[in-house]
Amino acid sequence: MSLAVKAVGIRKSFGSHEVLKGLDLEVAYGEVLCILGPSGSGKSTFLRCINHLETPNGGYVWVDGSIMGYALHRGALQELPVKRLRAQQSQLGMVFQHFNLFAHRTVLGNVIEGPMVVRGLSRDEAEARAMGLLEQVGMAAKASSYPSQLSGGQKQRVAIARALAMEPRVMLFDEPTSALDPELVGEVLEVMRNLARGGTTMIVVTHEIGFAREVADRVVVMIDGEIREMGAPQQVLSDPGDPRVRSFLSRVLA
Amino acid sequence: MPHLPHSSPAALTLTDLPGPDVTVRRLRHPGRWISGGLVLLLLAAIGRAFAVGQIQWTVVGQFLTAGVIVTGFGWTLLISACALVLGVALGFAFGIMRLSENPILRFAAWLYVWIFRGTPVLLQLLIWFNIALVFPRLYIPGLVDERMVDVVTPFVAAVLGLGVNEGSYLTEVVRGGIGSVDRGQKEAAHTLGMTPGQTMRRIILPQTVRLILPVLGNSAIGMLKFSSLAATIAMGEMLNAAQRIYFINGAVIELLFVCAVWYLAGTTVLSIGQYYLERHFGRDAATASSDRRGFWAWVRRPAARGEA
Repeated sequence: MSLAVKAVGIRKSFGSHEVLKGLDLEVAYGEVLCILGPSGSGKSTFLRCINHLETPNGGYVWVDGSIMGYALHRGALQELPVKRLRAQQSQLGMVFQHFNLFAHRTVLGNVIEGPMVVRGLSRDEAEARAMGLLEQVGMAAKASSYPSQLSGGQKQRVAIARALAMEPRVMLFDEPTSALDPELVGEVLEVMRNLARGGTTMIVVTHEIGFAREVADRVVVMIDGEIREMGAPQQVLSDPGDPRVRSFLSRVLA
Repeated sequence: MPHLPHSSPAALTLTDLPGPDVTVRRLRHPGRWISGGLVLLLLAAIGRAFAVGQIQWTVVGQFLTAGVIVTGFGWTLLISACALVLGVALGFAFGIMRLSENPILRFAAWLYVWIFRGTPVLLQLLIWFNIALVFPRLYIPGLVDERMVDVVTPFVAAVLGLGVNEGSYLTEVVRGGIGSVDRGQKEAAHTLGMTPGQTMRRIILPQTVRLILPVLGNSAIGMLKFSSLAATIAMGEMLNAAQRIYFINGAVIELLFVCAVWYLAGTTVLSIGQYYLERHFGRDAATASSDRRGFWAWVRRPAARGEA
């Protein structure tokens, strides 16, 4: 089992508030990892540090053979030019809580944007592949709609297709169902379940304990910017050793 | 239970309730009829005053399509269009600079806005027109080497003055527009691997244009009117042409009215264009969906704040 992502001593502060207190994490190819924890525990910030949407104040993230945002040069981390950082970021697919679909582009336009602009695919090729992905998430019929005409669940499925279009090594999900009406959560989780079954490497920040129990290979529980518990979902979710994790889980499972 | 006073409606018993098809009588608004009538009277009085005043309406009609006036209006349109293009270009350039990571670029953009928004446009026109007093020659090695008075003709001075001034306003508009595009749009583009330039061009600016289109429409309308200031620097646009005519024949008000008619015609056409442009670009924006009742509804809408 080869490693896809290795985070080393990630620290992040906003002003004087220390959000992440030195996190280490390893994710293997094909693995599905769910990050759980109460609001404000820093789990979204941690995910955003992994793909450098937030620059960590300390530590670094190794993804598939290179360090995000840096080159190792004579034992020091030399910051990379923006263009090379973006190339690294495109290896990590990101799905946001609030979808962040491009409002001025159709569904199809959203999915072909990255492949055409960043990967240099021709429009025909990008569209053919995009239609395949939209088929996969059940949104092919809405290819020419604009985001404002879609429901939240539909938007999130398009957002997943848009991220997949870059053929990323790892997919990151930042609370992908938290902004959805309860009856729309299922369709998004279904798409994610299928991805997991297909062997996609996924790091999922979520409040959906049921999804974590069913789909995750490993679960991480974060509290106050630290990883308090990590292991197989059965073990972590049913018999946590850490008292604060136990109190968090008893609240969400109640 | 105490007896209800006479003015209050007595409690309705269920047996009193009418059927579902009961007639509904609308409330009457006599106040609206009275205020409307008063305003109509006032309008009629003003109209009559102008009809019987010392204006030779035949002279107005006669000069409305006079060659000099029509040519002048052509110049008015040309100055306005060129200045608007220049203003929009400067507005976007400096608006993007205002948000640069580089503090010196940010400062330069701030300085531009500070100077050109902080001085009267008429003064700026006069300075551009007399710029040769400061720089007698325009010399760019290998490109241009000419006397400044030959380069900065009244037309060039008018376009520069109006365009550079408009650009300082649009800089702030563009900055605000970019700032109000959701941050998530930029983040999504970055996670796809798009560079800052690609993100700006393909994701941020198209949405900014959509947001600031109403302001750009107002700019176009304003520019058409402000171009009349060029009359002061001997640019032969419409107002200047009218002035040269009334200096000779003395029909001052008549020729000013001729100008008013043409300006109104121009701004009306621009307003209609602005309506259709906004409707076209707003087709997928959530804000536009509620406002598709047609041009006349748009005309009668309450004026937006800051609308010229």
